[in-house]
Amino acid sequence: MTDHHPEPAFGDAAEAPAPAATGTGGEPRATAPAPGTGGEPRATPTASGTGGEPRVTPADAADAARLVAFGLQPKLLPARDAEYSELLRRHREDPAFARLADAVAAGLGLIVLEVSPRAGMAVTAAEDSVFAVRMGDYARRAAAPDSADRFLHGLAHLAVAAMAFPRPEDLADDGYIGRITVNGVDAFVRQACRRLEERAEEAGENTDPESGAPGLEAAWRIYARRSSTGATKDARRLAGSTTGIVAKAVAFLTESGFLQRTGDDAGGAYRTTARYQLQVRDMAGSAALSELIELGVVAVTDGGATLLPPTDADDLELVADAGLPFHS
Amino acid sequence: MTSPASTEPVPPQLSAAARPAPGPAADEGLARRLRALACTAPLHDLDVRKANLAGEYSVYAMAEVALASIDLVTLNMDFDTGADHEQIVARLIPRVAAQAPARPASEHERVARWVLENLINVGSVDRGFRAVYGTFNPDGVYVRRDYDFKLLEEVPGYGGAVYLRTTDEAVNVLVGALDTDVTSAQIAAEVKLEVLISRGRLADAQLAAEQARYRTVQYAETLRRTLEATRRNVRAVDWLNAVPDMIAEALDHVADRYRHENAILTNIRKARDEAEDPEHKRRAAELVDIVKDCIRRHTQLQSRLLEAGPLFRAEQDRQAFARPAARAGLDLYGQLVAPLLPLPVADAIRVTDAFFARGTGLRTPVSVRVGDLVDILLTPPMEREHLGAEMPEPDLVATPDDSRFSEEQLAAAMELLDLEHDAPRRLSGLLAEARRLDPELPYLVALLAVHAASPPVGTAYRQGEERLLFAVDDGTQLDDPEFGGADLIVGTALLDAAGMAAGRTEAA
Repeated sequence: MTDHHPEPAFGDAAEAPAPAATGTGGEPRATAPAPGTGGEPRATPTASGTGGEPRVTPADAADAARLVAFGLQPKLLPARDAEYSELLRRHREDPAFARLADAVAAGLGLIVLEVSPRAGMAVTAAEDSVFAVRMGDYARRAAAPDSADRFLHGLAHLAVAAMAFPRPEDLADDGYIGRITVNGVDAFVRQACRRLEERAEEAGENTDPESGAPGLEAAWRIYARRSSTGATKDARRLAGSTTGIVAKAVAFLTESGFLQRTGDDAGGAYRTTARYQLQVRDMAGSAALSELIELGVVAVTDGGATLLPPTDADDLELVADAGLPFHS
Repeated sequence: MTSPASTEPVPPQLSAAARPAPGPAADEGLARRLRALACTAPLHDLDVRKANLAGEYSVYAMAEVALASIDLVTLNMDFDTGADHEQIVARLIPRVAAQAPARPASEHERVARWVLENLINVGSVDRGFRAVYGTFNPDGVYVRRDYDFKLLEEVPGYGGAVYLRTTDEAVNVLVGALDTDVTSAQIAAEVKLEVLISRGRLADAQLAAEQARYRTVQYAETLRRTLEATRRNVRAVDWLNAVPDMIAEALDHVADRYRHENAILTNIRKARDEAEDPEHKRRAAELVDIVKDCIRRHTQLQSRLLEAGPLFRAEQDRQAFARPAARAGLDLYGQLVAPLLPLPVADAIRVTDAFFARGTGLRTPVSVRVGDLVDILLTPPMEREHLGAEMPEPDLVATPDDSRFSEEQLAAAMELLDLEHDAPRRLSGLLAEARRLDPELPYLVALLAVHAASPPVGTAYRQGEERLLFAVDDGTQLDDPEFGGADLIVGTALLDAAGMAAGRTEAA
């Protein structure tokens, strides 16, 4: 979706009458990265309909860039801004304009996830884009490439997503709104870690890492070891605790327009936005999965159940049949 | 829906996490003992490090205070939260004070806080301890390993508060050798208790009862964790076998213990009432409290157990019977989180980095123009006035005095009404006298007299006044050119101020 080469003809735009403000347009297609069409001889923009020749005026380019600019304000809701929703409507109805806006985004190093009234112009930063978030900027302690804090901050983001979309259907269903709390995310990861610990104990494994080889320590141990909270002198959350790390993640995601705060229960309650679902589904999830596959770890699931304990991964119908948890 | 569990389910999430086989059994036992030994190290360390504290602290037995605080936290742990930090400090202070009664109370508190903070290990980022020990791995190579543990951990409670809980390691340090089956250990302890009571050895009985209570708490803690996991995700817990079995077991346990402890309670009460030795009496009374607490905890456990069923059904309705989705998506937990956690952290960090890089969205970079930067840097800092900006002189406009009566008139009227307590006067006489002073004054006098017809006795009583103006209507008509109505009798009542003050004190 990043490389929309404009067709030789901006079909619909060509038939529409030229906007009034186009008198001074010099090279109207300059914003479109279309080497194939850039050198074509062009009629003066004031001519009215030159038969299939696209007419992209500076005003159009300005509007397209404006739409991208709206997309760069992720907390802005289209429903709250008449101009935004008007530009979105134009993006939907005018393919030439849509291509132009997509091209502007691509040129800025942005990836368009979706353009819709619910999500707005959902753009995200391409890798190495100036808009990308870097771990070192995100958390100072996490700047070192192999620090435990770096892992914990990354895991916190992953866990927030997993808790917000616990089942595959939730991630796929456009209408789904996930709800999370900070303490809930922490408790859920801890529970997963505890199960691994119990499993290792049952198997009689010694999970204590070798001294001097911190990179070989199992990932769950890093999380389990870190305290979940801690008293501080000024009654703020302890930044290095796991709830502190999760709270930082959700606060950051809220800033990104991915979550909305709904209350203060359990360390802060949040709900997801359409943009977050798109981001996780189309970008983050697949990127992490391919990294995992590169490591040679392939998780086999049947595509249905999720958040299952490892041992009852296949026990779906038991839940339905069980009804009462008590044996009579 | 898929088929039920196979006989040997292989957890997919763990398929990549093959760890080396455990070492020789003997070495494993040694490792376990080394770890148990390590758990006591922080306590010894306290007594070593107290010399480094600013001040003379060698009089305090820090390990004793530490064990006492672990005791306190364990006993104050409840289902949902742990023990309150301040409460533990407060309860710890008497013991600290007993060690050095001559020292100031602030020092006692400082010692209590120091011990508690060191048990949490506030200085470290993990807020835990690490010990290094060595084992032989299966290949016969000697490796040193890090053992990380906590004694007291901080957990989030309601409203963002932080509570303390003792870890399993701490309970092991405290009671020792708790690495046994909880239920059987408890039965053994209580049988022992009954025997001890029947033989009249109450001192030992109390010890056994306290141990039984620790085990009760630990049992409840295990159940709490399972129920918590169920609330989060109905499928994260085996509701076919494991949980129903555990709940049934726990309910049996509660019923059994309840009967058992009530019997013990009756026995000890008898012992308490019949004991002649005051020391025995006191111990028996303490024992009654402990057993009562055990019963309270069992009741609490039981109510949690009864809530588990409805909770499960509600969660199942919410999670399992939702409309099936049109398409399947990525299973974030099953395909990402679960396989990730067993990986070595050096590998796992690649996955979390990838997720972070693409899952955080975008930030519009802040860019600075050199021109602006120069301006910003060259702008002199704002002078901050110590007293703030000068207040403008307020422009006051005198409001016209539109009172009906002047201050002088009020003073004159009050003087007129300042009657002797044994000489009340008719309103008509007062009005006539007032009229001689000032033609306006009768109006004010009449007004005050009418007010006095319903004197504020309550207010006068509360304020402790000695005199109160009152007016009574005895049916006589007022004969006056300006006013009509009753010719009130106006007088002054003397109030018993001292008696009233005494009455107030009694009432309060």
